[in-house]
Amino acid sequence: MVERNPWLTFVCYLILAVGAAIVCVPLYLSFVAGSLDYVRLQQAPFPLLPGDNFWANITEAWQKADFSRLYLNSLIVTLGIVAGKILISLMAAFAITYFRFPFRMTMFWLIFISMMLPIEARIIPTYEAIADVGGPLRDLFAATGLTGLIHTVTGYRLEMAMNWNLINSYPGLILPLIASASATFLFRQFFMTVPDELLEAAKLDNAGPVRFFFDILLPLSRSNVAALAVILFIGNWNQYLWPMLFTTTPDMRTVILGLRSLVPGPDQPPAWNLSMAAAFFVMLPPALVVIFLQRAMTRGVVDGDK
Amino acid sequence: MLAAKSGSTITGGAPSRPFSALWARIMRAQQNAAVNGLKTTHFRKPGVAFWLLAPQALILLFFFYIPAYKALSLAFVETDPFGLSVIFVGFDNFTRLFASPAYRASAVLSLVFTLVQSVLTLGLATALAFATDRVVRGQAFFKGVILLPYAIAPVASGTIFAFMFNPNVGPMAHMLHAMGLPWNPAMRPLDAQVLVVMAAVWNHLCYDYIFLVAALLSVPRSLMEAAALDGAGAVKRFFTVSLPIIMPTFFFLMIMNLIYGLFDTFGLIETMTRGGPAAATNTLVYKVYQDGFVQLDLGSSAAQSVVLMGIAMAFTILQFRAVERRVNYTG
Repeated sequence: MVERNPWLTFVCYLILAVGAAIVCVPLYLSFVAGSLDYVRLQQAPFPLLPGDNFWANITEAWQKADFSRLYLNSLIVTLGIVAGKILISLMAAFAITYFRFPFRMTMFWLIFISMMLPIEARIIPTYEAIADVGGPLRDLFAATGLTGLIHTVTGYRLEMAMNWNLINSYPGLILPLIASASATFLFRQFFMTVPDELLEAAKLDNAGPVRFFFDILLPLSRSNVAALAVILFIGNWNQYLWPMLFTTTPDMRTVILGLRSLVPGPDQPPAWNLSMAAAFFVMLPPALVVIFLQRAMTRGVVDGDK
Repeated sequence: MLAAKSGSTITGGAPSRPFSALWARIMRAQQNAAVNGLKTTHFRKPGVAFWLLAPQALILLFFFYIPAYKALSLAFVETDPFGLSVIFVGFDNFTRLFASPAYRASAVLSLVFTLVQSVLTLGLATALAFATDRVVRGQAFFKGVILLPYAIAPVASGTIFAFMFNPNVGPMAHMLHAMGLPWNPAMRPLDAQVLVVMAAVWNHLCYDYIFLVAALLSVPRSLMEAAALDGAGAVKRFFTVSLPIIMPTFFFLMIMNLIYGLFDTFGLIETMTRGGPAAATNTLVYKVYQDGFVQLDLGSSAAQSVVLMGIAMAFTILQFRAVERRVNYTG
């Protein structure tokens, strides 16, 4: 810094120490609670040092909520969302910045408007959309008279064929969360900063759009993709509302729902040691990401939000 | 939600304009986008563009536009309990909603909760970012520790806080009891509200901190040195040099905190208090879920969805304005 001011430096360290304590004390207390047995947990005073039951609690919690299956679900769903979102966003952003076609601006605004509504604001209709994906198509066919026509001509009941229910399925957990255009926007912003000469050069070499995208644009976007992948992974691993609404069977739940199921209610035995142990292995993957990919994460957060 | 980065234009702290000017700006941005949005060198292959856009367009149609349209249409009809008939009732759902004391209480509660949480989070994050900017030794360590909660799910934060302040077994609750406070978030409304605010601040602090640290890093050293030569101390420099420069980031974060408080606290509330006791923590988002999924009052829930959409849109417009004003030296 510019000048030396030992007193101010001391105050700064004090502030940081308080901040670190605010963050760490809850984490430490939950770690201690996760290492106690059920009886010790309920005795006051609360111990300052961890007990030796941590591993036992972890295994018990793991079996109690069938976390092997939940972990697999969470991984599939989270990676599906991250990959899907990045893929369709890259494609759409590429189309919007590098192609001239009719209704380009209309498309742009349709994508833009969709960012205005957080998914929480339309819980119920989205639930209906998942429970009956074919519904809008059926309505369309019924309105245009196609259903009756096909039925009379071929005897085929169209409205029976289009009952797609995505509740309790991976697509149902993945697709609605891909339906936000924020990533498209981020890539569009980035593509606008890419020098025009690159495409001119590629065109001189007779490269088509696909070639240009894979050989030039994608390598340039690598760090943006990485930053976005990191924050999308964290955000979607931690999703709660959608998995809760779109799953009704225990075997399709995610780890967050498993953790929620282990939180003792007011009229249940207070087995907090199990939920605290479970909290640890539920938090582990995103925590590792934050610790080891911190630079990509901060970039992702500052450049583009979830 | 999105925080798009504007082009690195350096706008001074222009005075805020009236709303009509905002529309003029949006229109201008629209024209600019029409001009700049397309690369001067581009492909003319509508077919390829169509296939590139198809997946995004289909997903938006099925999981965004149709549900949003349904939410709008549901808000203006009344379905009888057996789901047999649907009657168009105009704005009845809305008038009933705004007349209901429960909804008003929920709106006021959401507003107060969001404001309190925003001010606390931003204040704490500013102090921490300022301190981080000043110290040299151990900077990386403190940064790493303070960023850790970014990885922690709202449900996990809620679980941890619910345990710490659990009146029967929680260590923090024991401490409060020892001080003679009758702490019990399951029975006392104010205790539950304090608990939710604490957990929200703890969960969201790192987000503001990331932005403020990045913003403080972008303050030019030369300005700092010049101010130091003029005899301004570190605290004075912060208020006279750094703060004006990071003001756009500050404004942006204020909006983001409001959005967080209104929309993203569902997991916390569901884990810790379930909207209770006596609806003391029943915020707007939680109420939409409660009324729609638990009470099955679809008309009211849809009307609430529409109100939330309106709020979200207003905030998003503000957010884009803030992003436009965010100064970026980092590139």
